[in-house]
Amino acid sequence: MAAILSLHEAVKQFVNDGDTVALEGFTHLIPTAAGHELIRQKKKDLTLVRMTPDLIYDQLIGAGCAKRLIFSWGGNPGVGSLHRLRDAVERQWPQPLEIEEHSHADLANAYVAGASGLPFAVLRAYAGSDLPKVNPLIKSVTCPFTGEVLAAVPAVRPDVTVIHAQKADRKGNVLLWGILGVQKEAALAARRCIVTVEEIVDDLKAPMNACVLPTWALSAVCVVPGGAHPSYAHGYYERDNRFYQAWDAIARDREAFTAWIDEYIHGTRDFSEFKNKLAHVAETDQ
Amino acid sequence: MNYSTSEMMTVAAARRLKDGAVCFVGIGLPSKAANLARLTSSPDVVLIYESGPIGAKPDVLPLSIGDGELAETADTVVSTSEIFRYWLQGGRVDVGFLGAAQVDRFGNINTTVVGDYHNPKVRLPGAGGAPEIAGSAKEVLIILKQSPRTFVNKLDFLTSVGHGEGGDSRKRLGLPGAGPVGIITDLCIMEPEAGTHEFVVTTLHPGVTREQVIAATGWDVRFADTVVSSDAPSDDELTALRDLEARTAAAHGQAPGEA
Repeated sequence: MAAILSLHEAVKQFVNDGDTVALEGFTHLIPTAAGHELIRQKKKDLTLVRMTPDLIYDQLIGAGCAKRLIFSWGGNPGVGSLHRLRDAVERQWPQPLEIEEHSHADLANAYVAGASGLPFAVLRAYAGSDLPKVNPLIKSVTCPFTGEVLAAVPAVRPDVTVIHAQKADRKGNVLLWGILGVQKEAALAARRCIVTVEEIVDDLKAPMNACVLPTWALSAVCVVPGGAHPSYAHGYYERDNRFYQAWDAIARDREAFTAWIDEYIHGTRDFSEFKNKLAHVAETDQ
Repeated sequence: MNYSTSEMMTVAAARRLKDGAVCFVGIGLPSKAANLARLTSSPDVVLIYESGPIGAKPDVLPLSIGDGELAETADTVVSTSEIFRYWLQGGRVDVGFLGAAQVDRFGNINTTVVGDYHNPKVRLPGAGGAPEIAGSAKEVLIILKQSPRTFVNKLDFLTSVGHGEGGDSRKRLGLPGAGPVGIITDLCIMEPEAGTHEFVVTTLHPGVTREQVIAATGWDVRFADTVVSSDAPSDDELTALRDLEARTAAAHGQAPGEA
C-alpha cells in the first residue's frame, strides 16, 4: 500500500544519497515539484535516469545533486540547449558529470525489461552508429533462432522512480492519462516509487483499460497541485511555454542560475510556496 | 506570391510525403513539413510522434514532441515503449522524417556532439528516437538548412546511420529500411546516386545557382546528369504554411516563423 505523505516526507523517506533515481514524464506530467524537493533536501551523488532530461535535470545537475546521467535526449524542448547540463559536460561545473548515453528506443526497452524483471532488453538498434563506441554497456546478442545480431542493453532498475499523475484515490491508487511516455514502465521498474498527483478523489472513475497504477505497487502518493509546472497536466493546466523560454536566460549564466536556485528552491519551503513566489514575481513584472 | 528560402524548403519537403503514408515525425522542421503535407497534398498522411500519438492532426505545430494538442487530435495515444516496439520496430512506418545538426555525403546524421565526444566543443541534445527511425523506417527524409557547418565532409559523431560508408554498406549492416532517399534544404534537393549511395544534387530551387550549393557544402558536392528545377511554392501552399505558422505563433505566444 502506498502511504499518502507530504512530498517532503516521501523524498526524505525514500530517496537516499547515491541512489539511482528516475524522474520520468515525456513533455507531459514532468515531476518538477519532486525535482525541486531533491534539491531542497540537498540529495547528492545521484545517478539520474531520464529519457529526456529537461529543465528539472538541468536544475538538479546545476545544483550539484548528480554524479551520473543516463539519458537519450537532453535539451530544452522547442527552445535549445540545457546550459547546466552542457556546462557540466563541457566544463565540469559544478562538478564532473559522468554520462551514459542511449537512444530513446533503447531506454524505452530498458525500462520495459526493468519492469519485466529481466536483466537486459533486446532490440534492433545501433547498427552503424557511433553510440556503442562511447557507451560500453551497449552490447549485442545473437538470436538463437534466426542468427540475427541484435542490440542488448542493461535493464533500467532505479532505486526510486518519481512520476506525476492526475489523480489518486484515498487508498493511493493512481490514474493518469494523455501522453504517458514511459511512466508506467519506469514506475514498475523501480524498487520504490513516489507519485505526485494533482488531487485525491473518492472515486477514480477510471474507464476500463485506463492506466491505473495500483496502490500496492507504489511507495508513496503526495498531493502536489501544479506539481508538473512548467510542463502540463492534461485536463488541469497547459504547458507554460514562456517559462521554458525564460529558463534559457536563467540557466545560461552560473551566477544567475545559482541565485535562482537560492531564491526559488532553497528560499521556499515547498512547491506551493514556490508557485506563490513565481506568481508574485510575474505580477510585479507586469 | 514572394516566398523565402525557408518556405521553399518546407514546401519542397512537404511535397515528398505521399498521401496515406505512415510518417514518424521528428520535432521542428520535419513536423512543420509533415503537417503542411497533411494540410495540402496529403490529407490522409498518418503522423506518428515518439511521445505516443498515432494519427495526430494538430491544428497548431507542437512546440515540444509531447504537446497535448498531439494527444487530443490523435487516433490513439500509446506509450513511448509501444511506439518504438510495435509501430517502428514492427515495420509499420513508411517514412521517417528527420532533422540533423550535421549530415554527410551518405546521409549519415550527427545530433550528438561537435568536437570530440569526451571533450566536446558543443554538446548537442543527443540521439532521441533518430537512430532507430533511421534504421527501421522503410525510407527516410532529412530536412535541414544547408551550410558548410551542417553539410560536412566528416561527421564529428555518427548518431544515426544513413548509407554508412556508401555502396552496399547499409545492406551489410542488416538494417531493415532503405535509408535516406532525400535531403531537402533551403537551396536544393539531394538524392542518393544509384550504386555509390552518395547524395548528389538532383533539384535546384528556383533562382539557386550551382555555385551557391557548392559554397554551402563541406564536401566536393556532385550534381546529377540531369538537374531539374523545383516548382516555386504555389499560392495555396504558401497560404497554408503561413496560416499554420500564424496559428502556431498565436497559440505559443511567439513571433510568426519562429515556430
